[in-house]
Amino acid sequence: MASVFKVIRISAFAVCASLFLAGCGINNIPTYEEQAKAKWSDVQNQYQRRADLIPNLVETVKGYAAQEKSVLEAVTEARAKATSIKVDASTVTDPETFKKFQDAQAQLSGALGRLIAVSEAYPDLKSNQNFLALQSQLEGTENRIAVARRDYIEAVRVFNTELRTFPGVIWASTLYRAHKPMETFAAAADAARPPQVKF
Amino acid sequence: MRAGTTIARWCAPAIALAAICLATCAFALTFPALSGRVVDEANLLDGPTRQALTRKLEDLESRTTTQLVVVTLDSLQGTTIEDYGYQLGRTWKIGQQGANNGALLIVAPKERKVRIEVGYGLEATLTDAVSRLIIENAILPRFRAGDLAGGITRGVDDLVQVLSGGAEEFKQRARPAARTPGPMVSLLHWMLTSELGLFVVFLIIIFALNGLQSLLIRLGLARRAGRRGRSPWIVPIPSGSSGSSWSSGGSSWGSGSSGGGFSGGGGSFGGGGSSGSW
Repeated sequence: MASVFKVIRISAFAVCASLFLAGCGINNIPTYEEQAKAKWSDVQNQYQRRADLIPNLVETVKGYAAQEKSVLEAVTEARAKATSIKVDASTVTDPETFKKFQDAQAQLSGALGRLIAVSEAYPDLKSNQNFLALQSQLEGTENRIAVARRDYIEAVRVFNTELRTFPGVIWASTLYRAHKPMETFAAAADAARPPQVKF
Repeated sequence: MRAGTTIARWCAPAIALAAICLATCAFALTFPALSGRVVDEANLLDGPTRQALTRKLEDLESRTTTQLVVVTLDSLQGTTIEDYGYQLGRTWKIGQQGANNGALLIVAPKERKVRIEVGYGLEATLTDAVSRLIIENAILPRFRAGDLAGGITRGVDDLVQVLSGGAEEFKQRARPAARTPGPMVSLLHWMLTSELGLFVVFLIIIFALNGLQSLLIRLGLARRAGRRGRSPWIVPIPSGSSGSSWSSGGSSWGSGSSGGGFSGGGGSFGGGGSSGSW
């Protein structure tokens, strides 16, 4: 009978100890990292969605404004460049690839902005239902990108702060040495600036 | 000296965190209270119109569980309607939890902006293009003519029509947590899902075991556990001061009783929808 209680006592101790450690945030670093990674894949999805919309948009604009060759080509090129950069979950801890990805997407944003600005000059194009639908989807996607980026920035802030503050810093320097701080987006990207329109 | 630098190293992130908190507070937007399905902060609608809209929106939710809320704003507080919109939707948690089937029709007369903000779960039904069409065709012509109430009513009619369009799909979707759970259910849920709750459960078990053990001892069915006359505690109970560090563990229970009024179901937003100006 006494040994039964001893076993119960030990197991209860183990459970309490694990709960105590959990209360000290031993799980925080992996948890926050997973959250930040999930937000990163949101960002990637939205950029991918934008890339998927572009060929259709380019085709539609071509039908009405074929003479805007340079703008159309710039968009196609920027899209090819942006989609050629291989990104995955590990990109967020690799400053170089991360910067490349961000630059390529910013360039694509700029090229797209010019394309939309140029299409203002073609009334037939502007009243085309297909173009209107694509334009609204593109605007919506740009907005979703902005939201996803902000969510990602916030998740990374939480994760990086946990790595550097007490008590997370204890776990970061002992159990979770492989967990590196994540890269974050520069706050004011070029994309936020309206495109320069020259007539 | 060395101790000083160590302290500085430890304090720096804390100070940085505090600064970030302050910064976010400074830029934080304030949102109107969710007083109903029609929140008319800018006073654009008269009583009967408001009631008629509320009925339509209630009917939509009872048929499809989709929550649609109409909101008119005094001011966008210096930000864009896109930025304000998704944060308002997230704050109010419009749409059912998990399904995220919420949408907002936002009108900011001062900035002359209108937006249909679409929750994650409705992005496939109420697409950006459809939102744009509703804004361009139903809302903006009336707004431009100065008929704000008419534009809102017509916009809501179109939105309800679109959101009811996939009725079959909606019917199949089980009503997820449409009713708020009772206090016992949420207490149980909290006990089983949060760390603090689990801790409380284990404390109860340990107390029960202690009680059982002392009962058995008293009945002469078991010997005292402690060899040197220790009290029969199976596990030492943490003292009050060390216990206080637990209190920040789980504050996720008490799902916010609706008080009979309308409340968001727990949906989230990711920037879907479309905007227009007049």
